[in-house]
Amino acid sequence: MKKIECLAMILAGGQGSRLGCLTKKIAKPAVPFGGKYRIIDFPLSNCANSGIETVGVLTQYKPLELHTYLGTGETWNLDRKNGGVYILPPYAREKGADWYKGTADAIYQNINFIETYDPDYVLILSGDHIYTMDYSWMLEEHKMNKAEATISVIKVPIKEASRFGIMTTDKDGRIVAFEEKPQHPQSNLASMGIYIFNWKLLKHYLEEDSIDSVSSHDFGKNIIPKMLSSNVRLFSYSFDGYWKDVGTIESLWQANMDLLKDNPSFDLGGAWRIYSSNHALPPHFIGKTANVKNSLISSGAIVEGSVKNSVIFSGVKIGAGAKVNNSVVMPFSVIGENAVIEKAIIAQNCEITKNAQVMSDDNSIAVIPEGEIITPVDNGNKQVG
Amino acid sequence: MNHVLGLINLQEDNSLIREITRERPIATIPFAGRYRLIDFILSNMVNSGIINVGILLPNKSNSVLNHIRSGKDWDLARRHEGLFYLPPRYDKNNNSQSELRTLYQNIDFIEHSGQDYVLLSSSHTVFNMDFNNVLRFHQNTGAAITMIYYTNSNETAAPCTVIQTKDNGLLTDIASRHVAYKGSNISMGVCLMSLKTFVDIIRYSYERGGTDFLADGIMRVQDKYNIYGYQYTGYVSTVNSIIDYYKASMQLLDPKIWQKLFLENSPIYTMVKDDVPAQYKTQAKVHNSLISNGCSIEGSVDNSILFRNVKIERGATIKNSIIMPGCEIKENSLIENVICDKNVIINSQKWLKGAKNYPFVIEKNTVI
Repeated sequence: MKKIECLAMILAGGQGSRLGCLTKKIAKPAVPFGGKYRIIDFPLSNCANSGIETVGVLTQYKPLELHTYLGTGETWNLDRKNGGVYILPPYAREKGADWYKGTADAIYQNINFIETYDPDYVLILSGDHIYTMDYSWMLEEHKMNKAEATISVIKVPIKEASRFGIMTTDKDGRIVAFEEKPQHPQSNLASMGIYIFNWKLLKHYLEEDSIDSVSSHDFGKNIIPKMLSSNVRLFSYSFDGYWKDVGTIESLWQANMDLLKDNPSFDLGGAWRIYSSNHALPPHFIGKTANVKNSLISSGAIVEGSVKNSVIFSGVKIGAGAKVNNSVVMPFSVIGENAVIEKAIIAQNCEITKNAQVMSDDNSIAVIPEGEIITPVDNGNKQVG
Repeated sequence: MNHVLGLINLQEDNSLIREITRERPIATIPFAGRYRLIDFILSNMVNSGIINVGILLPNKSNSVLNHIRSGKDWDLARRHEGLFYLPPRYDKNNNSQSELRTLYQNIDFIEHSGQDYVLLSSSHTVFNMDFNNVLRFHQNTGAAITMIYYTNSNETAAPCTVIQTKDNGLLTDIASRHVAYKGSNISMGVCLMSLKTFVDIIRYSYERGGTDFLADGIMRVQDKYNIYGYQYTGYVSTVNSIIDYYKASMQLLDPKIWQKLFLENSPIYTMVKDDVPAQYKTQAKVHNSLISNGCSIEGSVDNSILFRNVKIERGATIKNSIIMPGCEIKENSLIENVICDKNVIINSQKWLKGAKNYPFVIEKNTVI
């Protein structure tokens, strides 16, 4: 195989348990987002647009739909003659089989794959973040700093900092301290879960970590602290665009709502195209009785009712008299006549029948899992969070 | 249908639809918000299982090649079979467009395609049909040629080919007309025959000075062959003139027709563009319209079709209009009964209005 400079590995095997019923049937990276996308479209499109054309996708939990979606990588222009998308689930070896025990272990188990391309650098990405980023600038800075590892960071409000891996840097951007989910954060620079490593160094640390029986084989918990204590040249790369970890119902909903602002901080329609596998559907139809305000609507939808502050995916039907407010309705779900949907996420292929209501009692987000049928008798409140 | 060769003739008469065919053939006229006319016949062939498709290129073929490229979006980019382009070859003496000449020039390809049948079609008909039943009909009747037709429900003034058949479908007469009366059987420009019959007709009629497959190939030798008509009963519209185009487009605003054409049968494929979902702003007022991805709407849109990446600014009003990709309608403008070709910019405070039954056409790249 031809040697390449930088290879990307996307961690897409997590269960996504905090997304509750939305990930009952599919892996988190395959969850629909933003009217026509799936979460994994973002790191894959970023790779393609950054000129990184060899991408390993590490899958494990409920991989069928995700594998089907990835296919040959054609969607993201990643069906290349040299390189392209590789689907990398755990596999059995002579001495038996192992699941991926952590983020670092997942990469460790695929050392053979990485070695076939003999890269200088390896870019580690997550399959559950929404952002657009040109990784080639990060790699450029990594080289300029003569760094051995670079972690992309973003400023977060200090009161939320304890949810993230928090970094302290010196004036040159070199990382001097790293704390995973600290109770009393020392700074507001949060790790975005995007790492560039010099491959030879990373390989060494992964091999060392693999025989450490007390390690949880995690980049944030084990590999980075260990590198820091051995004085490895670790640098931060600061990113100031839109970035959202959509690992929870609340953040997934919020990230969808963020697209609706008049001047969204995150513009999907810019030059940085996000690729997605398209259904062959006609333009959507807005009926005579419809009323659509401040919303995103995708192809194949048919809207006869009222839609406000909502994200409507491909092929959704909204009947006359129905009201959809502050909600996300995923592909091919049907909202019957006079149904009311308020602050909810309706997953794919659901049917909310005539006059039914979906909203939560408190101010939380109501969630309807894939394929459910909700009737007025259900009282519209089947919240499975 | 994997032993049928599909042939799509793009050398069509555009004399009544010049306004939007100056730089393109009829085949690549944008239609229904995100398609080009050729998408319909191409998708019908692919959905019927035809995997060998030859496209007879017209004089102005840029937009055809740019739209279809390898045929990947129709699943026709294949190792051995798939999509083929049949370009016309020019000689000094004769440069006029002639379908029969192009077919004759490419006859080697057709003969050596290894297929048993040929399904020849034009591109200006909008429909969603499975050709498998036609092949079965063709085999059962023992027809030499099967022509697909529909029965006209209203009188329409447009050039058409009318056929008459016996009860069993055997064709008794065929004629070109300029008015289609109510109840007449109109050819959809699609015919099926064996490869051998097809090649024989091309050779015979081209060598005797013919130019048009239907007029010179079929009409003149009508008595030599058993020709059958196959009636299609689904939704169909034809685009020969600017009035046809406007009418066929506006019919799609009936959700029943929209659903019939696009959602009830197999999908219609087109070039994938990766546009974002349409954005409706707080001031948007949209009724009875087809809106494509990539649009951004702040004004009011009524009874209209917006193609991809159209921008309607605040206070602008669009009524009974067709706005093609990349157009921008700026603040407080009013557009009624208008067809805007691609990338038209209407600056603020402009009022443009066409007649109710004859739309005002604004040509590609115009700034008003």
